[in-house]
Amino acid sequence: MNINTTKIISLLFFIFSAFYLYTAYQIQVFAFDENAPFNARTFPIYLGYAGLFFSGLKLILPDPNTIKVEHKSLEYKKTGTLILIAIIYGATILKVGYFLTTSLFLFASYYFLGERRWILMFLLSFPFVAAFMYLLHGILDIYLRDPFLQSIGVMG
Amino acid sequence: MIEGILIGLTTAVTFQNILMVIVGCFFGTIIGMLPGLGPMTAIALMIPITYGFDPATGLILMAGVYYGAVFGGSTSSILLNAPGVPGTVATSFDGYPMAQQGKAGKALAIAAWSSFAGGTLSAIYLLFMAPSLSKVSLSFRSPDYFALMILGLTAIAAFSSKGQFLKAMMMVVLGLMLASVGQDSLSDITRFTFNNMNLTDGISFVLVVMATFAMSEALTIILKRNDPTSAAKQVSLTELGSIKINKEERTKMYKTIPRSSLIGFLIGVLPGAGATIASFLAYGMERNVVSDEEKEKFGKGSVNGLSAPETANNAACSGSFVPMLTLGIPGSGTTAVMLGALLGFGVQPGPRLYMTNPEIFWSIIMSMYIGMVILLILNLPLIPYIARILTVPKNYLIPLILFFSVTGIYVMSFNNFDIYLMIGIAVVATFLRLYDFPMPPLILAFVLGGLMEENLRRSLLLSNGSWEFLWDRTLTACILATTILIVVWHIYKTFKRKN
Repeated sequence: MNINTTKIISLLFFIFSAFYLYTAYQIQVFAFDENAPFNARTFPIYLGYAGLFFSGLKLILPDPNTIKVEHKSLEYKKTGTLILIAIIYGATILKVGYFLTTSLFLFASYYFLGERRWILMFLLSFPFVAAFMYLLHGILDIYLRDPFLQSIGVMG
Repeated sequence: MIEGILIGLTTAVTFQNILMVIVGCFFGTIIGMLPGLGPMTAIALMIPITYGFDPATGLILMAGVYYGAVFGGSTSSILLNAPGVPGTVATSFDGYPMAQQGKAGKALAIAAWSSFAGGTLSAIYLLFMAPSLSKVSLSFRSPDYFALMILGLTAIAAFSSKGQFLKAMMMVVLGLMLASVGQDSLSDITRFTFNNMNLTDGISFVLVVMATFAMSEALTIILKRNDPTSAAKQVSLTELGSIKINKEERTKMYKTIPRSSLIGFLIGVLPGAGATIASFLAYGMERNVVSDEEKEKFGKGSVNGLSAPETANNAACSGSFVPMLTLGIPGSGTTAVMLGALLGFGVQPGPRLYMTNPEIFWSIIMSMYIGMVILLILNLPLIPYIARILTVPKNYLIPLILFFSVTGIYVMSFNNFDIYLMIGIAVVATFLRLYDFPMPPLILAFVLGGLMEENLRRSLLLSNGSWEFLWDRTLTACILATTILIVVWHIYKTFKRKN
């Protein structure tokens, strides 16, 4: 059986809207606001119904523009790796600091995407990040938290 | 107005702001030439840099990126038949055949002069129209604003994705749902936070833009094995030929430019329309008004056929600033990103902007003239050289886009949760893009979410909970009638296609 993925996405959105609507009804409002024409839960309730309406229509109406995606031709491995590197980057950036984690993130991303020109990879990571940090922190006066550079006395 | 122009000139003609226009136009031209990476991504990537500037400078930079991207998109349309941005698709109809006839240089010159003229003329229209519209919009009440936002969201959903109206409306609802996370603006009651302190202030606009555009576009390129730089590599190798335009061609352009710029500007002003529709309409209209002999040349390298969409798409860019500057309601996804950035600066665009922050209002308009001159200088002699910069392999381009995205969030919040949330939204957006769910309606809805709720709240409270406010005022009723017309027209088109 050929499953239309757009319909599955619409079904997921329908379920999500139902959950959103349920949560909207659970929003605690002040007692004096309970019967007001508009309170904190009014707009979300309308949105929940709108989500159910549009995704419901998408589910029941025929789809004249069916999108077919060739999953075999998609590069899931590299994309997954890149997402994983980004998550590790996000997890370490606060503790280790901007300079080291960003440089390593760039270097690792170039490597996993198939780049092997080591000198270029180095130049476009460590010195590039240093220059960008100088632009943000030194010239534009945007604060960048970096415990590593602070610990070695490079940053104040 | 003279005083305003002088204020604008004083602000725009500082060394820093001229530099920002140059940087913006240059960066925008580069991104615009890369198929797949549009002006919204370019502007999103610029947001972290604008944190260090005052609002006027930040917006001047973003505006430069915007028309630079539209300008740059025409180059890949003409030379490769691969439009960098949707607004330059119509440019390829006659630009590409002209390039194939060995007149690539001439086609680029016609496109550059037309864009310059279109942009400059529409900046003049904006100059005269924006202050008057601001005064008119002072009479707008909450129901009118609410209706106008509904119109904008419906229009962008209708125009952003051909035959995918329901998908676009689902994205609109998702954008509004994301905007509803966090504290309610009036009662401070938290909604949809699930006891997570990081969500109390809501989801940041920059985070959503970075995730749905910059990061998700980068992931899509890797996932689909696309190489946006391959087109640029070919551009740098193409023989351009002469860039001289002869008298006969100039005469044709003199007639095309004024009418196309007017169409472009007026379409740009409409919420949700924008450069793509403007360029197609201008192309269609031009074909109808030229002589039968000239009509035959359309699609085979017509000067009018190339000049019309190029004039209109640049004029539409300036036009799209009108609703943003005068009503505080963005007319397109790109101006929605700019509005979000302005709100981040603490500036509330709207009818009072040109009274409270005249330097921002007028300097943007003035910087457009400077931007057009810079783009002309950039596009004519420098395109082959700019194209060489683009030969940076995607193995470097993608990590750099991800790096800019994460940096944008990091310098804003210094919070791991925001980075995880951005990655999560980017993954979902990448998946949705695979199945043609458009992202601009989501962004516009996200930006308008708070304002929409606020105006609905006021309208309902004033009318004691009755929905009569929707037809009590003529203006509100007219705006809603237009919205209904758009929806009915789309339903009719869907049924017609099925039969």
